[in-house]
Amino acid sequence: MTEKFISIEGIAKRYPGADGGKIAVFENLWLSMVRGEFICVIGHSGCGKTTVLNILAGLDEPSDGTVIVDGQAIGGTSLDRAVIFQSHALLPWRTVLGNVAYAVTSKWRSWDRARVKAHAQSFIDLVGLTGAEHKRPSELSGGMKQRVGIARALSITPKIMLMDEPFSALDALTRGTLQDEVRRICLETGQTAFMITHDVDEAIYLADRIFLMTNGPGAVLAEIVENPLPKDRGRFDLHRHPLYYAVRNHVVDFLVSRSKSFAAEVPAHDPRNLPVVRIGRPDLVIASVSEAMHEESKQPSCPGQAQA
Amino acid sequence: MTTTSLRFRAAIVSVALFLAFIGIWHLATRGTASVAIMSPEYAKLMGATATQGKSAMPGPSDVGAKLWEHLKRPFYDNGPNDKGLGIQLGYSIARVGLGYLLAVMVAIPLGFLIGMSPLISKALDPFIQVLKPISPLAWMPLALYTIKDSGISAIFVIFICSVWPMLLNTAFGVAGVRKEWINVARTLEVGTLRRAFTVILPAAAPTILTGMRISIGIAWLVIVAAEMLVGGTGIGYFVWNEWNNLSITNVIIAILLIGVVGMLLDQVLARFTRMVAFPE
Ligand SMILES: Nc1ncnc2c1ncn2[C@@H]1O[C@H](COP(=O)(O)OP(=O)(O)OP(=O)(O)O)[C@@H](O)[C@H]1O
Ligand SMILES: [Mg+2]
Repeated sequence: MTEKFISIEGIAKRYPGADGGKIAVFENLWLSMVRGEFICVIGHSGCGKTTVLNILAGLDEPSDGTVIVDGQAIGGTSLDRAVIFQSHALLPWRTVLGNVAYAVTSKWRSWDRARVKAHAQSFIDLVGLTGAEHKRPSELSGGMKQRVGIARALSITPKIMLMDEPFSALDALTRGTLQDEVRRICLETGQTAFMITHDVDEAIYLADRIFLMTNGPGAVLAEIVENPLPKDRGRFDLHRHPLYYAVRNHVVDFLVSRSKSFAAEVPAHDPRNLPVVRIGRPDLVIASVSEAMHEESKQPSCPGQAQA
Repeated sequence: MTTTSLRFRAAIVSVALFLAFIGIWHLATRGTASVAIMSPEYAKLMGATATQGKSAMPGPSDVGAKLWEHLKRPFYDNGPNDKGLGIQLGYSIARVGLGYLLAVMVAIPLGFLIGMSPLISKALDPFIQVLKPISPLAWMPLALYTIKDSGISAIFVIFICSVWPMLLNTAFGVAGVRKEWINVARTLEVGTLRRAFTVILPAAAPTILTGMRISIGIAWLVIVAAEMLVGGTGIGYFVWNEWNNLSITNVIIAILLIGVVGMLLDQVLARFTRMVAFPE
């Protein structure tokens, strides 16, 4: 069995309800990832995606369950897990360089100014913001701010990138460029990436596996869609791939109809053993996890999802 | 272009208003009362008001002349009841400065604590709610009794009146720092102390400075009253003393200077506020 790098084990999040009881955003949620994998979570607004990401980041505590990263239960935030926030979360009183340098000095306390600056600068260059180092966030466009957020996250050379709808506020053109950059950087540096998105095409372009989440309250991860597209896919010929529309339709169908009715339709859903949807042929093939494991060798991008 | 012309036009209106005010003032105090007929000795005793029909209220030219006199030698010292205006203002500013500084040193750390800890915030709330509305001058007898020094008592009163706006604004600013900025620091494993200085302080600084600006205004309001009570020195005492001397001219000059100094103090704090402000 493939070694699990991240393992979310039976987490729940409950908030006090209006009538004194508890409202569970989700219960008993399981998810695992192998090293170097890129996954996307798709689900409707309010289903609990950010909550899962915050728990994984250590910013929020689950009401139940644990998160294990690299063999250890997490106990709070870590410099190994960088977060790219939905709202970029730049410190407005610092310049671009100041924002990135803040992360760098947080990781390497003993570095002198020149070294911090050089390191920060190299990541600013990487995201294509050379020349804007001394601008303040208020002087940047939305896309540029998001780039600073990416540079800041990457500058601490994390092992895991957690991204909460990082591009949702951007126009299509900027989004495309940043998707390319993130994909390139993740592939180059072997990042393990967890990304939340609303954009089906973004998920298909970036993810190795797509996790579909049903509507809350009491949301569940319904199934995992394996991405049949080759690793070296390009953003522009994506839609020419023979399986592209099959994957896309499957995900869209889920979002449009099945995300609401899932709980009623599949009462015997096992959250530890999610069904894996493998679109290997133009017609849909839905395999259970155990079947998927037997076939694993056939697939180029194989997940480490299956578990006993 | 439009802003400069607007500013220019506003300046013209200001000057016109000022001239109108001076003109009306001059007319009102010109002296219209009938002149009584009396013997020269008696007239000497009665003074200009009775003998020349002059108004008891000084006119703008009287005040101007007197002001010029004061400005020429602001720092003379002819004993306890006759000091230059510069010296009197100096005393007041020093008292305000000391009391205010003490208040800053107490209010900002305490405000941080209240803003960061819901427990301390709730625990201190009843005390603050009761202490805040007490007029600072009500503390004066107690301060005089316990401290036994009028100068220090005045400083204490300044301290107590300027501490509340700073305390509340600091607590409010600290508690209201955007969660996402705190989360940035948390994901970077920044320790509590460093987080306080690198994230919370800069984020809350505009709110804190607003509190400090309110405080300096209140402190300057209160010092005049406090010095009237404790006596001895200071611009407040000067006003009271000149009132007892029936020198309305000096009283008017003091009022003018109190206004100008108050404005300058406010401008200084406004500049600091602008320095820490950040556009979002
Ligand atoms: N402090 C809280 N108290 C009560 N309920 C909360 C609290 N925080 C979040 N929730 C609830 O948890 C649910 C999940 O929120 P979350 O932010 O994780 O959604 P999301 O899937 O990220 O949505 P979006 O796509 O809009 O960002 C929401 O229904 C929300 O109402
Ligand atoms: Mg969200």
